[in-house]
Amino acid sequence: MQYETVIGLEIHAQLLTDSKMFCGCSTKFGSEPNTQTCPICIGMPGVLPVMNKKAIEYVIKTGLAVNCKIASYSRFARKNYFYPDLPKGYQISQYELPICEHGYVEIADNGSTKKIMLTRIHLEEDAGKNIHEGAGNYSLVDLNRAGTPLMEIVSEPDIRSPKEAVEFVKKLRTILRYISVCDGNMEQGSLRCDANVSVRPYGQEEFGVKTEIKNMNSFKFIEKALEYEIKRQIKVLKDGGKIIQETRLWNSERGITESMRSKEEAHDYRYFPEPDLVPVDVDSGWLEQIRTHLMAPTFSFVRSSVHLEEPDLPDIKRQRFICRYGLPEYDADLLISERAMAEWFEQAVKLGADPKIVSNWMMGELTKLLNEENKQIEECMLKPEHLVGLLELINKGIISGKIAKTVFEEMYKTGKNADTIVKEKGLVQISDEADIEKAVDEVLEKNHEEVERFKAGDEKLMGFFVGQIMKATKGKANPKIVNELLKKKLGKE
Amino acid sequence: MKIDHIAMLARLELTNEEKEIFSKQLSSIIEYIDKLNELDTTSIDPTAHVLPIKNIFRDDKLKPSLPKDKALQNAPGRTDDFYRVPKIIE
Repeated sequence: MQYETVIGLEIHAQLLTDSKMFCGCSTKFGSEPNTQTCPICIGMPGVLPVMNKKAIEYVIKTGLAVNCKIASYSRFARKNYFYPDLPKGYQISQYELPICEHGYVEIADNGSTKKIMLTRIHLEEDAGKNIHEGAGNYSLVDLNRAGTPLMEIVSEPDIRSPKEAVEFVKKLRTILRYISVCDGNMEQGSLRCDANVSVRPYGQEEFGVKTEIKNMNSFKFIEKALEYEIKRQIKVLKDGGKIIQETRLWNSERGITESMRSKEEAHDYRYFPEPDLVPVDVDSGWLEQIRTHLMAPTFSFVRSSVHLEEPDLPDIKRQRFICRYGLPEYDADLLISERAMAEWFEQAVKLGADPKIVSNWMMGELTKLLNEENKQIEECMLKPEHLVGLLELINKGIISGKIAKTVFEEMYKTGKNADTIVKEKGLVQISDEADIEKAVDEVLEKNHEEVERFKAGDEKLMGFFVGQIMKATKGKANPKIVNELLKKKLGKE
Repeated sequence: MKIDHIAMLARLELTNEEKEIFSKQLSSIIEYIDKLNELDTTSIDPTAHVLPIKNIFRDDKLKPSLPKDKALQNAPGRTDDFYRVPKIIE
């Protein structure tokens, strides 16, 4: 029998706020344990949580970016359970009235696109961190993370393969990073993915019994864990067994999913409206304000004011890069993968540079230099106008393409203009024929033997002569003139 | 048995006598609260909160946290700078 896979995902994304959801403690990752807590986030009696406005706005922003309906009225609820990383004995979450519902994300699907529907997006607080290893018969708890704003994005069971699941998470991650609500760091856990997985015979309407898979903290692990789990379920069914509804953890060392034998009993969360918090009312004015934010470019190197009709999200940018700027799909995909890259590119093009040439410099030299220092594009001193200035010098024949690389590196290091660097370092291309002729004559004179061999038919030596002349002129000779003169002098005209 | 489930959720260990007493008491409390169901609420909006207020927010501003020794002062146990609790995963 052939089986069909059914996957639904729950993505937890930590929001990029400075402070926690309901108190002023920092959300910074990697601090000393238990140094970012206060009576509110460690659940002392008598404290009152107050909602972080930015966190609410980030969820609304996300909802707008993934085509959700934004609830004009929503509220928080208590989800009651005991676990050491949850100091209050309940998690403040949302239950029947989440902020966003009914959205979708489009993923690539064999040349066309497929919509993965989103059930809801709600806001809750993250729990602390339990450490089980190396503590003997104990578990250790760090509550720094407790109370960090956490957005839960729930998909419909629309996903039909591990590959699609990865595509979906990648796409969502790019969007979240684009709109600057989550840094998407899966290793550090700021973006986490749980999957509900089941299989059913092809053609069967009813879903099979599902398991929930946790602990997949990279794209690779999502794919591997899901592939393993599907195979496991199919084998159980083929052997005449039954799937047990349970939570399973991905064990990356062993490459398998394992039943999570937790001492926690059957879930009965007894949700009820959080009496410490008042409802959230999103009126049209507030919504429009957030929508406007979503459309504006974020990075300081974008100077001109831009008015856009719709949110400038990765898919829309990709389309524009291909259709309007004529970039190959490969270039477009690379440039849109980071919002800063995309905006840098567009700014350079807006300043009059040729799109494909800008793209080449960005994917080549710039990426190389950034990688060497492990830097992001928004952190470097080289701005779009620098590149545009450099390209003008090349177009006017003031510097050669070879020298341009040197100038580019210098601009990257110093943040100076191409013009200034060329003048300071005396890199102006020599286009004066008399000057170049002198260099050509000298080189030919010094290399009698090679000249004879060339005349005898060893035409590969042309490159050697050009190289020598470039060396003599420190790369500044206009290569076109060098070539013409050489041909003339060596009797090849 | 409902009382067992409720006791488990609250992490309470009850003797058989206690179970009997609390079962009766809880039943009578629920019965009493059930009186509310006699009210006609068809024309009343569901209430999330007793006060007619909404959108009480704070700005995303940092405030000093507790010094860790203060935070860990009431911990049931402490190892280095962590809370120490009975092992939760087998």
